[in-house]
Amino acid sequence: MERWAGINHQNLNLLIGLAIGLNLLALSTSRLPMLIRSMSAQGVILGVMPILMEPHADWRVLLVALATIGGKGLFIPGMLRRAMRAVRIDRELEPLIGFVPSLLLGAGGTIAAFALTPLLPLLAEHADSLLVPGALATVITGLILLIGRTEAVAQVCGYIILDNGIYLFGLLLIRAMPLMVEAGVLLDLTVGVFILGIIVDRIQRTFDSLDTRILTTLHE
Amino acid sequence: MKLLLDLILRIDCWLLLAPLLPGIINKVKAWVAGRRGPPVLQLYYDLARLWKKGVVMSTLASPAFVILPALTWVALLSAAMLMPLGPLGAGLTFRGDALVLLYLLALGRFCTVWAAMETGSAFEGMGTVREVSYAVLAEAALIAAVLSLSVQSGSIALATMLGPPLGAGAVLLAAGLFIILLAENCRVPFDDPNTHLELAMIHEAMVLDHSGPPLAAILHGASMKLLLFAVLLVQAVLPIGQLQPLAAAAVLAAGVLGVTVAVGLVESLWARFAFRRVPLLLTTAFLLCLFALLVAWKGGPA
Repeated sequence: MERWAGINHQNLNLLIGLAIGLNLLALSTSRLPMLIRSMSAQGVILGVMPILMEPHADWRVLLVALATIGGKGLFIPGMLRRAMRAVRIDRELEPLIGFVPSLLLGAGGTIAAFALTPLLPLLAEHADSLLVPGALATVITGLILLIGRTEAVAQVCGYIILDNGIYLFGLLLIRAMPLMVEAGVLLDLTVGVFILGIIVDRIQRTFDSLDTRILTTLHE
Repeated sequence: MKLLLDLILRIDCWLLLAPLLPGIINKVKAWVAGRRGPPVLQLYYDLARLWKKGVVMSTLASPAFVILPALTWVALLSAAMLMPLGPLGAGLTFRGDALVLLYLLALGRFCTVWAAMETGSAFEGMGTVREVSYAVLAEAALIAAVLSLSVQSGSIALATMLGPPLGAGAVLLAAGLFIILLAENCRVPFDDPNTHLELAMIHEAMVLDHSGPPLAAILHGASMKLLLFAVLLVQAVLPIGQLQPLAAAAVLAAGVLGVTVAVGLVESLWARFAFRRVPLLLTTAFLLCLFALLVAWKGGPA
């Protein structure tokens, strides 16, 4: 049992490492489909984590895992791809913060997250886990994407990566947090993306572009 | 006497084996494209042919035009002497030889760049600007890689640095070093060694005015640099020091062959990157090596 937990702990850290790698991939890519793909891969990785963390396969944990994989890994990326096809967006992204600067910012944020985590008052059982630095790094990545990209769909991807970071934090409380909260957040997110999938079409029709910088002026 | 013999044998080994690598790369490329391709020994024939030819000198060029390619070649050969070869060890080893290796590589590049500008052609100037601006980023990545090796082994001598195997950072370091290898040797995503289109050339643009024996020195030096980086990559990532001498030699040879084939595959499957995307790839290599450094520093992923 002890050994199993140890191996699982390592696997969990490996998965978090992969998620951090996907963060940097999302920051550096100049293609929208690649951004969506890395976001959905991150969703799947995050969905697998609760199963690894809980030694007893509780039906609630399984449900959260399945809902996360289905929602973040399949449904939301599917919606975004559909929206992309429907409005024939340029696949090339046009960033406000360039790719190299955003990659460097993200890497700096990741390193800072790793450096600052030991200063936080964590429980002893979480001290050597990568969950907290991984969560902080993912939140920072999401913020950089939200600020640095001008395109609506890319900003949605940033928002979902930000949410992935918050979800990673939530995994620390997996035993304490009620299922309803988890389910509610996932539902909100899904509905939000669903609505956006429809709105993107309208934005495109009205403004002939998905550049959110145009949306700052009011019209009659 | 034995030492001298060892050194001579080692030099012969580097000199004779190095031109094999570009031949293998070209063979892999031809194989992927379904052609027969040039023979594996083509570079040897080229070198022999170039050695017999005379040198064409520009009236503007100083004698440095001929001397500097030779200096580049000597710098690269000295760097090769510092690089340990699995069970054989290095030809020359002392504390801090990793730094000397970095500086010798930089010296080689400096000499190539200077020789390229000797003729005063704008063409060479363009090539040197590109070469040096890529080198700034590639060298940062290489220094991060060497630092991570040095931190995880607690030594700055190449022989001990490359000895112990790396833990979780090995994958990061392998990916980073492979990108550095491609950039430093002007292989495909950065530069196309086959192209002779003015706008796209980097290394080829620099050596365009050289001819005869100096060109042979440049070509041979480039192949030695490729072998040097392949050996570095294999030894940094695989735990060669723990194997039996014979097995270690076999693993090293197989690893170098594997890296060479990988370069050939990259070259046939990828296109050259647009210039504005190159810094992104080099920054990625730098970050990979930086994260490998952090992993080595923290002692495992925690």
